[in-house]
Amino acid sequence: MLSRTLNSSGRLLGLLAAPSRSSSHFVYSPDTKCPEVAGSRTKMNMFTAINNALDLAMDKDATALLFGEDVAFGGVFRCSMGLQKKYGRERVFNTPLCEQGIAGFAIGAANVGATAIAELQFADYMFPAFDQIVNEAAKNRYRSGNLFSCGSLTVRAPCGAVGHGALYHSQSPEAYFAHTPGLKIVVPRGPIKAKGLLLASIADPDPCIVLEPKTLYRASVEEVPDAYFESPIGKADVLRTGGDITLVGWGTQIHVLTEVAEMAKKQLGVNCEVIDLVSILPWDKETVCNSVKKTGRALIAHEAPLTCGFGAELAAAIQEECFLHLEAPIQRVTGWDTPFPHVFEPFYLPDKFRCLDAIRKSIDY
Amino acid sequence: ARIFMRSRILLQSTKHQRSLTTQLDKSDMNSADGKNPRFPGATAPFTSTPHVTYAENATPIPIYRVMDPDGVMEDKSQDPKLGQETIQKMFRDMVLLNTMDKILYESQRQGRISFYMTNFGEEASHIGSAAALTPTDLVYGQYREAGVLVWRGFTISEFIDQCYGNVDDEGKGRQMPVHYGSKKLNFVTISSPLATQIPQAAGAAYALKLKEGNDRCVIVYFGEGAASEGDCHAAFNFAATLDAPVIFFCRNNGFAISTPSSEQYRGDGIAGRAAGYGMAAIRVDGTDVLAVYNATKVAREYVMKTNKPIILEAMSYRIGHHSTSDDSSAYRSPEDLEVWNTVEHPINKLKNFMRSKGWWNEEDENAFVKSIRKQVLSQISLSEKKPKPDWREMFHDVYYDLPVHLQEQLKQMEEHVEKYKEHYPLKDFKH
Repeated sequence: MLSRTLNSSGRLLGLLAAPSRSSSHFVYSPDTKCPEVAGSRTKMNMFTAINNALDLAMDKDATALLFGEDVAFGGVFRCSMGLQKKYGRERVFNTPLCEQGIAGFAIGAANVGATAIAELQFADYMFPAFDQIVNEAAKNRYRSGNLFSCGSLTVRAPCGAVGHGALYHSQSPEAYFAHTPGLKIVVPRGPIKAKGLLLASIADPDPCIVLEPKTLYRASVEEVPDAYFESPIGKADVLRTGGDITLVGWGTQIHVLTEVAEMAKKQLGVNCEVIDLVSILPWDKETVCNSVKKTGRALIAHEAPLTCGFGAELAAAIQEECFLHLEAPIQRVTGWDTPFPHVFEPFYLPDKFRCLDAIRKSIDY
Repeated sequence: ARIFMRSRILLQSTKHQRSLTTQLDKSDMNSADGKNPRFPGATAPFTSTPHVTYAENATPIPIYRVMDPDGVMEDKSQDPKLGQETIQKMFRDMVLLNTMDKILYESQRQGRISFYMTNFGEEASHIGSAAALTPTDLVYGQYREAGVLVWRGFTISEFIDQCYGNVDDEGKGRQMPVHYGSKKLNFVTISSPLATQIPQAAGAAYALKLKEGNDRCVIVYFGEGAASEGDCHAAFNFAATLDAPVIFFCRNNGFAISTPSSEQYRGDGIAGRAAGYGMAAIRVDGTDVLAVYNATKVAREYVMKTNKPIILEAMSYRIGHHSTSDDSSAYRSPEDLEVWNTVEHPINKLKNFMRSKGWWNEEDENAFVKSIRKQVLSQISLSEKKPKPDWREMFHDVYYDLPVHLQEQLKQMEEHVEKYKEHYPLKDFKH
């Protein structure tokens, strides 16, 4: 945990802020599918959009509590900046360094009707809270016959590759939680989506996990609506239409796939349909399968390892629903079945070249 | 030399910086004298010898009791003066629990319910603590706290319907027997994973504290074995640092299944940990219902007045097997049990006290036990005959709404059941 402290409060932030991100494996594409929300817009990056969402949620709901490790001074990624000053130490506070405690404490607060917004500092450190999330939060309503629930609980955690995060500052644990009935899991691709999904999760009557790709905190900038709005949970976004192959991803990988679609058009003359799954659980089977029925080909890409990654669930469902429409085996381009490495990160990630090669294989099949 | 040069520069800088430097120099000297340590992590003096704090030198926290085994009060000032009616309710509730346990244990042996856990020897912990709380105080439990529900008015039919998982079980038949819950009685539904409820109770207490005019505290029960879980550590530390008005009620009955407490910890029980967390503690004789009542009352007053947590450790002995899946004779002798089943038994102690007051007579007790036996037995045959809930309830309450994928799975199962109905126990389920 020592390395975490060093990394999170110092080195990692410093490097994130550094302008020289030439080695980044993606090019950020701002959101063109912005929801129609009335009123003004402000240029925000993802952490300021999250901060804005938390501010609106705290303002709207007097029972809302915001807590976790180091959230009081603004958070190691600045997501809770200024909120303790605005809402007081009783509503925005640091907890002891203990993830199972944070999750358990949050469930209890939600049990008595408070809106509990818990931060786990890195998704890599969600595992100590796994029992509380999987055995307790997810099953609260079911096991009590709806006498009790912790639906007003939201867990936020920074996830995904960041260039140099190695084993414990890079993980994408969505598939572990996707195997748990009772949870909802979402992953934003940028500031607008992060704000909408976070507000939807906080308002949702079920326990939600928001996995925030940390590399986007500063790298992504969009004109975000200032007003309160929610992005629907369980709904995928078709970001680019095309007739030759369906590309499905979420989080940072969306930006890889958007670039790959452009490369495929230019280099191969292939028209890709790009879908941001947005919501891992429940996931939007209808949108994905309608697309694959049209294109006849599918590529799924995620940073997490291949075996039992969420891509496996997508591939199985697509195969079942679209069997007669498929022209080629479903391609999965993912992280390898290894821990997430430090110096080998460029060889680990499902980057644009690996994705483009998979498109080529699918088309040539 | 370079360090010297830098301090010279400092001394020559602005007036403000100069005074700061002087202050620092002064306290540096104090530190050197061993008087004013400046470490942020502890408030403690320096010592000039290697001071080891030995566990053996710690004074054990004493066990508070009001009655001796003969029901005699050693110190009359400790009489809670509850009056005949309350004392008789305490006694009857303990006897009810004990009687129900005996029959449900037997019915599991006969294969009528799938599982059961008795409360033998711990009846006073439940009833004494429940009586000292207000009915709106929120209870989180482990699984061996059925007496708290008895005190609050959970009915024999509610207990037995849950054990059968029939159509009248508010939990809709989804959990194993003895996993009770009651919204109206402020008793949060029990779950099997040990100690998970402890940090939850701290969170609930914190959120309740922030409600205007809050008059509720939270009590959370757990065994001494569960106290070894990481969640217990989390809860103690969170409640202490975040000022949560929660009573951590530890039932220390000497065993976690087969593991004796000597293999569970080396310190002064669970109450002995409180100081390490900066928490108050009280240890009580858990076989003395009046002592448990007084201690819980004191604990409740403390948490409500200070918004701080307290550990209340009730010492007792688990007389029954751990559960119906356990045979405790494999790890302890019947001789050990004998004393706890007689002189040290919580029901005997209260009976002796009542006898001294002239509030007990044998005929009344026999008639009461007989009537409870009758109620429990007739409820068993009633609960047994009730249908289980509609099997479609399996899909509900996973989420607030039924999401599309669960709607599809429900439909699949409906079609399957329709096609293969002779292979499923449909007649046992409501439709």
